[in-house]
Amino acid sequence: MATWRNSGFLRAFFLALVVCASASTLSAQAENTCLLCHGSLDPPLQVTEQQFSSDIYSQKGLTCASCHGGDPTKADMEAMSKAAGFRGKILRTQIPELCGRCHSDGAFMRKYNPSLRTDQLSQYKTSVHGKLFAKGDTKVAVCIDCHGVHGLRPASDTRSKVHPLNVAQTCSRCHADASYMKEYAFPTDQFAQYNTSVHHDALVVRGDLSAPTCTTCHGNHGAAPPGVDSVQNVCSKCHVFQDQMYEKSTHKAAFQSAGLPGCVVCHGNHGISHPTDAKLGTGPQAVCMRCHKTGDVCDQARAEMLGGLTQLGEAINNAHNVLGVAESSGMEVSQARLDEDQARDALTKARVTIHSFRKDLVDQDIQEGLKITAKNLQAGKNALAERDYRRRGLGLALIFIFLAVAGLFLYIRRMEHGVTDA
Amino acid sequence: MFVRLQNWFAERFHLADITGPLKKKTVPIHNLSYWYFLGGITLFLFMIQVGTGILLLLYYRPGANEAFESVQYIMTRVQFGWLIRSIHSWAANLMIFTAFAHMFSVIFLRAYRKPRELTWVSGMILLFLAMGFGFSGYLLPWNTLAFFATKVGTEITGQVPVVGHTMMVFLRGGEEVTGATLTRFFGFHVAVLPGLTTLLILVHLGLVQYFGMSVPPGVESRWRASPGEARQMKFFPNFLLRELMAWYIALGVLGILAAILPWELGTKADPFAPAPAGIRPEWYFMFMFQTLKEIPAKLWLLDGEVVGILVFGFAGFLWVLLPFFDQLARGRGRRLIMGAAVFALSYMLALTIYGYMAK
Repeated sequence: MATWRNSGFLRAFFLALVVCASASTLSAQAENTCLLCHGSLDPPLQVTEQQFSSDIYSQKGLTCASCHGGDPTKADMEAMSKAAGFRGKILRTQIPELCGRCHSDGAFMRKYNPSLRTDQLSQYKTSVHGKLFAKGDTKVAVCIDCHGVHGLRPASDTRSKVHPLNVAQTCSRCHADASYMKEYAFPTDQFAQYNTSVHHDALVVRGDLSAPTCTTCHGNHGAAPPGVDSVQNVCSKCHVFQDQMYEKSTHKAAFQSAGLPGCVVCHGNHGISHPTDAKLGTGPQAVCMRCHKTGDVCDQARAEMLGGLTQLGEAINNAHNVLGVAESSGMEVSQARLDEDQARDALTKARVTIHSFRKDLVDQDIQEGLKITAKNLQAGKNALAERDYRRRGLGLALIFIFLAVAGLFLYIRRMEHGVTDA
Repeated sequence: MFVRLQNWFAERFHLADITGPLKKKTVPIHNLSYWYFLGGITLFLFMIQVGTGILLLLYYRPGANEAFESVQYIMTRVQFGWLIRSIHSWAANLMIFTAFAHMFSVIFLRAYRKPRELTWVSGMILLFLAMGFGFSGYLLPWNTLAFFATKVGTEITGQVPVVGHTMMVFLRGGEEVTGATLTRFFGFHVAVLPGLTTLLILVHLGLVQYFGMSVPPGVESRWRASPGEARQMKFFPNFLLRELMAWYIALGVLGILAAILPWELGTKADPFAPAPAGIRPEWYFMFMFQTLKEIPAKLWLLDGEVVGILVFGFAGFLWVLLPFFDQLARGRGRRLIMGAAVFALSYMLALTIYGYMAK
């Protein structure tokens, strides 16, 4: 009897649970009815459950109605009625203001991401994109062109279109499309050039996320080409020491007065290649002789600076080879190996100092490097001399050992001559 | 002068009591006599170890912050420091090699048989002590390879059921390999192990002296059949001078190795760095290390590594008691021992070679 009573209680309990669960499910479904239809529609009206759930806005608790208006708790077309505040498809011309409604509201953004800037819209208005947009050009980029829509991810997500690894690809969708860019009289080879650059290698091949992509130099929301005057400032964000040296150079004033864009004059822009000492030479990669005349005072200084760099580079390689031979002979040269890094640092420093275009400053670094390298070379030579000394010592010791063994052998033979049995 | 000195001692000590047994001691002469030299060469290498070890102690400083630098100083700044350290390292490896060769020669010549069971037992313990010397000494330069090999080695100790963790903590001086492990290993290497080894060497030599050199059974039966064939040589000076020749040759080999292939120092250990690829123990632990690597993670319900450690421990224990099996089951036991020795030697060689070739 007691068992039956217990069983009745359990049935009632489970029935209550099922009712509550059904009610909560219905309630959850009732919260966003948009996906019920839009999940099964064809693009561009399609928004799947998967897209929506991976969207950062959905994850933060926002719904379709946050942008599109309407009342997703209501079923059928009532949810999309004007009475429910439904805005429908957002017109392209409305997008920046619509996004800015929340993203420019500091108080609102603090609730979701207090560290996110709120000046995107105002910056956009200063950008080339924003200015053209304000003139009624709707071909230019608006928020969703770079960030995407429905399935939007934060910039830190590697799948985001604005993650550093994807930015160049995102920009190239328009900027590398010659037919799309036709009316702007703008080159479209930036992306192809960037893909051959040292910056691309650092970012994509080496995975260094601090390496520059389009937005690093051009800005993102306020994207604009750096003017002639600001190129140096853009590059100096990373290349601090080169900038300090350039400040000391006579080139700065000369370039400014000639309206030349600083760093870009010698290094180029999108397709910046790894700089080598050949830039200071007279061969195909040389840059100085584009402006200077052979034999003038600047050409002489160039040749001397290049000579210094070449001398230090060769001295480092020479010491490295000698130390390598010593090391492979089992000699302990780890301290000299460490000092080699200092010599290489001095060479790098001299290459940076080149940006001052002052032979006396470059020479200081080269002399420092040569001093360290001479010490390393001497350490290598000493190690090789020590190796030879050891081998001579070994030879001498082996002679003595051989004589001792031979002497013992002869002594034993003489001692035991005919006597082996005890 | 020498005679006067001899007389001076003779007046005070009964030299005949000391030198008498040496003069009477003889060594059998037969076609396998050269195997007798291996024990002596091992002893010579041990003496080299003691001598060079004392010299290294003059400059070596135990401690995680000083050990590597002090060995580097010995190798680069101390006059002939490189030679002393290289000889110490090479002699250590050669000593373990000759000790193993000595052990297998004793098995194959059946020199362990009655009445020399305790000579064998003392020799086996000496071999284990030599491996202990190797394991503790390997860490002392505090370089990357040694640090991680010690980490792996002590981790394996920690797998021993019941007492494993306690043993590991005892060896490491804590849960991790740190400077405390280094000072602990230094203590084992320069005090505990040399003391025990010296004592056991005296016991081992005393037993060899007491029982004399063993004659291989085949030679023994031949001599028994025709006693006229039996030949002996005096230990002093005949055998000792030959042994001296072997020691000179060993010294020459050591010199060549030390001068042509000085022992590497590597890079200083960084406990926070990830373990480099290709961590390997010293060659004489390789067969065990490789076996433990090859054993499946689970053997039935048991942990594969634990099974491997227990099997090696048990096999080592049986190996020490090997002469007693020869006694217990004559004929069959002898064949069993020979079979086990051939298997052990082949297994050790194969797994060592495989260990160095496997990636």
